[in-house]
Amino acid sequence: MNWKRATIAGAFAFPIIGLFIYGLKHDPHDIPSPLPGKPAPTFALEVFAPGQPPLGRPIGDTVRLADLKGQVVVLNFWASWCLACRDEHRTLSEVARSYADKPVHFVGSLYQDTPNAGRQWIAELGGQSYPSVQDPRTRTAIDYGLYGVPETFIIGRDGLIAHKITGPASAAAVTQIVDSLLATPAPAKGAP
Amino acid sequence: MKPTSRVLSRVLSRMLSRVLTLAAVIVVVVVGAARAQTPQVSPRAAAGDSALEARTSAVAAQLRCPVCQGLSIQDSPSELAQQMRSLVRDQLADGKSPDAVKAYFISKYGEWILLAPAPHGFNLLAYALPVLAVLGGGLAIVLAIRRWTSGTPETT
Amino acid sequence: MNGLVGRAALLVSLPFIVLGIITIPVALRRGRRDWIPIAYGAVLANFLLVTAAALAMVVALVTHDFSVSYVAQVGSRETPLFYTIISLWGALEGSILFWGWVLSLYAVAVVWFNRERPGDLVPYSAMVLLAVSLFFAILLVGPANPFHVVFPVPPNGPGPNPLLQNHILMGIHPPLLYLGYVGMSVPFAFAVGAVLSGEAESNDWIRLTRNWTVASWGFLSAAIIAGMWWSYDVLGWGGYWAWDPVENASFLPWLTATAFLHSAMVQERRSMLRVWNLNLVVGTFALTILGTFLTRSGIISSVHAFTTGTIGYYFLTFIGLVLLTALAMVAGNSDRLSTRGRLDSAASRETIFLLNNLFLTAFMLTVLVGTLFPLVAEAIRGVKVSVGGPFFNRMSLPLIAALLFLMGVGPALPWKVASRADLREKLLPPISGAVVLLGIAILMGIRNPYGLLVFTFVGYSAAANLREYWIGVRARHVAQGEAWPTALVKLVGSNRRRYGGYIAHFGVFFVALGITASSSLRSEREATLKPGETVSVYGRTVRLKSMWGREEKQRSVVGATMELIENGNVRATLEPRMNFYPTSQEPVPTPDVHSGVFGDLYLSLVAFRPDGSTATIKAIYEPLLPWIWFGGGVVVFGAIVSGWPARRRRTAVPAIVASANPARDAA
Repeated sequence: MNWKRATIAGAFAFPIIGLFIYGLKHDPHDIPSPLPGKPAPTFALEVFAPGQPPLGRPIGDTVRLADLKGQVVVLNFWASWCLACRDEHRTLSEVARSYADKPVHFVGSLYQDTPNAGRQWIAELGGQSYPSVQDPRTRTAIDYGLYGVPETFIIGRDGLIAHKITGPASAAAVTQIVDSLLATPAPAKGAP
Repeated sequence: MKPTSRVLSRVLSRMLSRVLTLAAVIVVVVVGAARAQTPQVSPRAAAGDSALEARTSAVAAQLRCPVCQGLSIQDSPSELAQQMRSLVRDQLADGKSPDAVKAYFISKYGEWILLAPAPHGFNLLAYALPVLAVLGGGLAIVLAIRRWTSGTPETT
Repeated sequence: MNGLVGRAALLVSLPFIVLGIITIPVALRRGRRDWIPIAYGAVLANFLLVTAAALAMVVALVTHDFSVSYVAQVGSRETPLFYTIISLWGALEGSILFWGWVLSLYAVAVVWFNRERPGDLVPYSAMVLLAVSLFFAILLVGPANPFHVVFPVPPNGPGPNPLLQNHILMGIHPPLLYLGYVGMSVPFAFAVGAVLSGEAESNDWIRLTRNWTVASWGFLSAAIIAGMWWSYDVLGWGGYWAWDPVENASFLPWLTATAFLHSAMVQERRSMLRVWNLNLVVGTFALTILGTFLTRSGIISSVHAFTTGTIGYYFLTFIGLVLLTALAMVAGNSDRLSTRGRLDSAASRETIFLLNNLFLTAFMLTVLVGTLFPLVAEAIRGVKVSVGGPFFNRMSLPLIAALLFLMGVGPALPWKVASRADLREKLLPPISGAVVLLGIAILMGIRNPYGLLVFTFVGYSAAANLREYWIGVRARHVAQGEAWPTALVKLVGSNRRRYGGYIAHFGVFFVALGITASSSLRSEREATLKPGETVSVYGRTVRLKSMWGREEKQRSVVGATMELIENGNVRATLEPRMNFYPTSQEPVPTPDVHSGVFGDLYLSLVAFRPDGSTATIKAIYEPLLPWIWFGGGVVVFGAIVSGWPARRRRTAVPAIVASANPARDAA
């Protein structure tokens, strides 16, 4: 009788400990995004920071994802108030330049910030090779399921989101993903 | 025994009448206060789209703010939460159903965005366990009371 | 120097603890009671050494001794003195040190206050408390050592977490929480001590345990309320409880301790539920350790959780040991302790206590399941899910409503058996209270069913509890001719435990009304204002007077001066602020609250133009919200009335003998 009780209690308690051991091996802050493998949400956003030739776009131009079909798109969300964004700024700028002659398009999207602050920040950090757009009311960021900045989405030539990088992106990671996406041929024609 | 119970019943009847009088006074006072507090024009009603506002709040209260800890986008003062809330409002205004709005957010953020797990499949476990505990415990108590009141001094 | 003192004190405490743990069983088994003072000396030595370590840490913090790792982690020369001192519990290592200190204090108190108690229970309990201390001492010299040497010595540190240096309650809530949390170790120690000393069959240990539980429970209740108040005043969303895992962690042992406080009465009266009570005591302790684990291992993400390390595995090992001890205790003693009692009738106070325990335990289980479910879902389905407010509210409201109702039925019903007449006479009159409060709820504008239900049940139960007071006072007034106030005081004094318990009930009623009204009728408005413009919420109008900013040593502050306008006159001035700390990206808000008897006007500065031309203000009106804090105070007052130790009458009479005296059972 008494051992029965103890066994029942143990049968409830010890799986919980097992659960905790599992939990300790996992980072609670790491929340997987459902987006990779899905079609990238479209956007049409206005350029506020022009970038530099040859990647630059004039201020006021609209960057449309639909126009970039068949290209690899690297979409980086950033803000001037974000400390981690400083770490990846130069990296991304240089990686973008290294793909200048390939069908790869880099776009920065400003997150909860003002264009003025954004431009100032870019100037302060020595310029940026590719253009940045503004995202009024954060609609595009929400479309991309953004948690915070920096987050970088890499979209394949088929228009599917191939990868999401949370936190500062490293040159190695971006290069590797972009190269593998470039290796797969562009789809013959756009979706119906 | 007798005098005590007489005292008690007298006490009781007096007390009752006093309680009722007191209660009446309280009602008048509190109602007066509540009346005084009721705004002449409810701010949201004044907005004209109070129904949309209410539906927005209902949906927003079920969605988790991504940059906070455990707060809904209805409660969170953070900027992202407010923008998500305005998106909820716009989608509802466009004629989307509350479930469709929630489905949109799930497609972007995963099931994590729901503050209460959707009650189907494995998630039912979270809803069922407490209910089973109450039922099981209630049954155990009924059985125990039956045994204990049956008169046979028995051990468990 | 401080680091050296701290490290040395903690290291030296280890052999003392071990000495005490070994001495006690050896002494008791061999009948060498004269060795017991050695063990008690170890208890005292441990207290003095941990005190020395804690003081060394405080000195290191205050003198900005950045060669001590913990100071380098949480200290800064710019932080005001008060927040520097309380950063003792602001991060992982310091909080473990503080925990260890509170535990060593409790051990000394247990030994001191029970020094005259005969039997083996107290020595064994001291042994258990030392064993728990050993665990924390190991943490302190191992994975949570706050006294590591930092070299080269940094010139300054980052300062405490901005959220924790923003409100005076951070100096009050954590110590209360630790007193409550760590205090639950004492009932656990008594339970193990009772089993080891063979006293578990007597009900005397339950009385002793109950008294210490009331004290810890009072601290824990106060801590939970203070924590809610802190959230309300700092987090800026106008709420006080978000079912955050850390909040849940403090709530779980509160629920089981509350259940124990009620079921202990059944054991004392009827010698029933002995195994169950043992389970509740051990469970409460296990839940405090579980809560500490959840908040300190980094296993769940939470606002209040500390950063992580290997410490989680230490905790898991310890939880495993506690559970093994508990299982061995239950397995080894449940036959001996199983209830031989019987019940006279299902219509009795005993039944209500059983239901009370059922609902409180189910409530605990609901919160536990909800807190752990994300982990379960991830382990089994591989999907992250959230379990937050909507889940907990939906699942717990029926239980809360049931408990509120029982709080009226229980005190009204007599022990043993209630006759039909009893039931009629006792259970019907409070319905008038239910009707009154239901009416008030409707007139206030509450329309949601649970809101109405809560008001109704609170009305019923408050009337029932008031009636208990009324009957007692009235009887004294009539029978002994005492004046009303005297009769009231003497009535409470005649059975502080019972009437103190009812006071705690009233506190809960206030809290329940405050929570229900403020959440059902919350009215909220957000507006971007230019100076001179107004916004109204729930009939209250506030005007933005001006925006301002100032630099402080450790932060920059931006504020809005708002005026509450009533009939064209300025009734009050409020200053919601935003604080910017160099170490934090997000600003930390400081809302401002205008409290009235019937509700709070809560203003939060959400955004502003840097040139001060506009401010976005969130204005919230929450009816009856201050009743939560008031009710919390009443609960604590009830705990004090109920648990304040009686004057010592027993000097010659051993407690076990005294317990056989039925007069003392008149609880």
